[in-house]
Amino acid sequence: MFSLRSENLGWSSARVLEDVTLDIGAGERVALLGASGSGKSTLLGHLRNQCPQDIAWCPQDGALVPMLSVFHNIYMGQLHCRPWWQNLANLVRPGAAALEQVGTIATRLGLADKLRTSVDRLSGGQAQRVALGRALFSPGHILLADEPLSSVDEHQARHLLDAILPAYDCSVVALHDRQLALACSTRVIGLRDNRVVLDAATDTLTLADLDRLY
Amino acid sequence: MRFDTTARGYRQVTLLLALAGLLSLVVADLGIHTVSPGDELRRLGAGLFTPDFLATGGLMAALANTVAFAFQGVALGVCAGALLATVWHWRPVRLFSAIIRAVHELFWGLLIIQLFGLSTLTGVLAIAIPYAGIFAKVFGEFLEESDRRPQTALAPGADALSRLLFARVPLIWDHMRRYTAYRLECAIRASAILGFIGLPTLGFHLETAFRQGQYSAGAALLYLLLLLILTMRWWLHPVLLPVYLLAALIWSPPVAPWRPDAWQFFLRDIVPAPLREGGTGNVTPWLQDLLSTQVLPGLGQTLLVGCAALLVTGLLGMLLAPLVSPFFGNRLSRAGAHVLLVTLRSLPEFLLAFVLLLCLGPSMLPGILALALHTGAIVAHLNGHFSGALTLRADRPRGIDGYFWDVLPRLYPTFLAFLLYRWEIIMRETAVLGILGIHTLGFYVDSAFAEFRLDRALLLIIAGVCLNLAVDGVSRRLRAAVRLSSSIRETAHA
Repeated sequence: MFSLRSENLGWSSARVLEDVTLDIGAGERVALLGASGSGKSTLLGHLRNQCPQDIAWCPQDGALVPMLSVFHNIYMGQLHCRPWWQNLANLVRPGAAALEQVGTIATRLGLADKLRTSVDRLSGGQAQRVALGRALFSPGHILLADEPLSSVDEHQARHLLDAILPAYDCSVVALHDRQLALACSTRVIGLRDNRVVLDAATDTLTLADLDRLY
Repeated sequence: MRFDTTARGYRQVTLLLALAGLLSLVVADLGIHTVSPGDELRRLGAGLFTPDFLATGGLMAALANTVAFAFQGVALGVCAGALLATVWHWRPVRLFSAIIRAVHELFWGLLIIQLFGLSTLTGVLAIAIPYAGIFAKVFGEFLEESDRRPQTALAPGADALSRLLFARVPLIWDHMRRYTAYRLECAIRASAILGFIGLPTLGFHLETAFRQGQYSAGAALLYLLLLLILTMRWWLHPVLLPVYLLAALIWSPPVAPWRPDAWQFFLRDIVPAPLREGGTGNVTPWLQDLLSTQVLPGLGQTLLVGCAALLVTGLLGMLLAPLVSPFFGNRLSRAGAHVLLVTLRSLPEFLLAFVLLLCLGPSMLPGILALALHTGAIVAHLNGHFSGALTLRADRPRGIDGYFWDVLPRLYPTFLAFLLYRWEIIMRETAVLGILGIHTLGFYVDSAFAEFRLDRALLLIIAGVCLNLAVDGVSRRLRAAVRLSSSIRETAHA
């Protein structure tokens, strides 16, 4: 799916990650760990640019349109799959078909009763789930998510990840909760000091191994 | 040792503007040219207290026309402006917008009358064209300043319209709505003023009444215009907009008789006279003559009045602001000041200048006063409004000390940014005051149109555009030099 060879990532002015060599294959569920500022977002952004059409993308800040409803924000995941007049019609007055499709996703995320509420009226955790919903609705078969559930309680977060990840050919999810990482991934990539310092199968790792990243 | 403060930059810019203003005031003709200004003022005052709403025939039709032109003009302008805003990053579009908005509605009106006569279409286009430029700029900048993250989060491949409508427009929709409502208020003023060049709006009857000394009839018209503008917040409801627009279209459809000969004359007459008569050699003396007798004097006088008005505006804005600030005075004084400022703000500067001109005669004084009263009221109102949002310590100094030490320094960046932003608008209005007989650019433009010398009129208007672009450039540079926020405009009309 992804293959990086000794690559330096970051902007021209500031190099964020150095000498990255990675192969991520089909079926892998990667948890990306590291202190804030260690380059998780940079790495995810770089992976996204490899094959943007195939990606289900869930950025860290959510990048939602706050004054639009949960329906509209999730719908945006498939904006590129429909012609503009259909999009326009759904923007003005959501059609029954679209409402049902988006509604299914909202229900899975526990947002069924918020479908017609605008995002600026939701809590942080709810908004995060909307951003995740937009990624789920998009047709991409590789999930790249940047701390998608940092404001959701651990129990629910684990439940959601368990439900979502198996549907994807491959996933790379940046997390800050180490226990969650151990529970939901098949492989952990750890970043520190501008480098990849840990890359191992999850079942060979313990919490103490992960603590060393911080 | 020298102070190294942010306020220093503000002081330097202020000093520069103040010097320009003072110099202009010294040079400008500030005389009073009427025989007995006191008598005239007294009769005007008496008229204001005895408004006569029945003296003017066709009053309701004029009122309806005023509103109809404004609605249609804004509707057309907002559509064109929104389209231009989507390609705002394109330099030619920015220049084009700057040029069409640098020409005042009245100048557009005078130009378009040549083609479409005194028709609804003329009134609508005279508003719509400059407003398209203004909307393009404001909406374009809203888009530029809006959050781009939702758009970048979308998967690639969605069509441009869907991306725009889903991920960009909703973010600025509220600003767009509020700004359009504000512009509609401006358009009603502009529409009323278009009566001064013959279109059948309130201004037409206003001019007649005041010129004939029927101050009671004139006062009634003035009050109607004020009422129309001040009650907007109650009758302008988004749901009713389509109804109003439809009513406007039915009341006076934007059509004009098709006169091919008018186009023929227009296209022939805008060609400089010597070229039209065949000899290219005569262009230089024609141009030289025009430059020295009309363009340069007109530009000079416009600059003088504009700079002087900016200074007086600043002073008024600074002095009147505490009157509406919640930190000063009592409830009664604030209410009184509020009424005064809102009234001055709602009356078009052109109209104020016209009335003052009748009392004081055609010097620069009424022009400067009118511009400063109108704009000063806006600045003061805005400053007072902003000061309400300040959190000041409990043991702050009170009264004059409190204003100059605690409140004004905090307000000053906003104040200065807004003043610089209004400068361009003041210049636009100054140029057009010439139509009333003050010797700014509009005086020469109006005379050229009266003599059907379209070539001269066009050249003079182009000169005005250049002056406006130059002032805008200087203003932008000054704002950048002291790092004043560019987004002042948005808050300014909230």
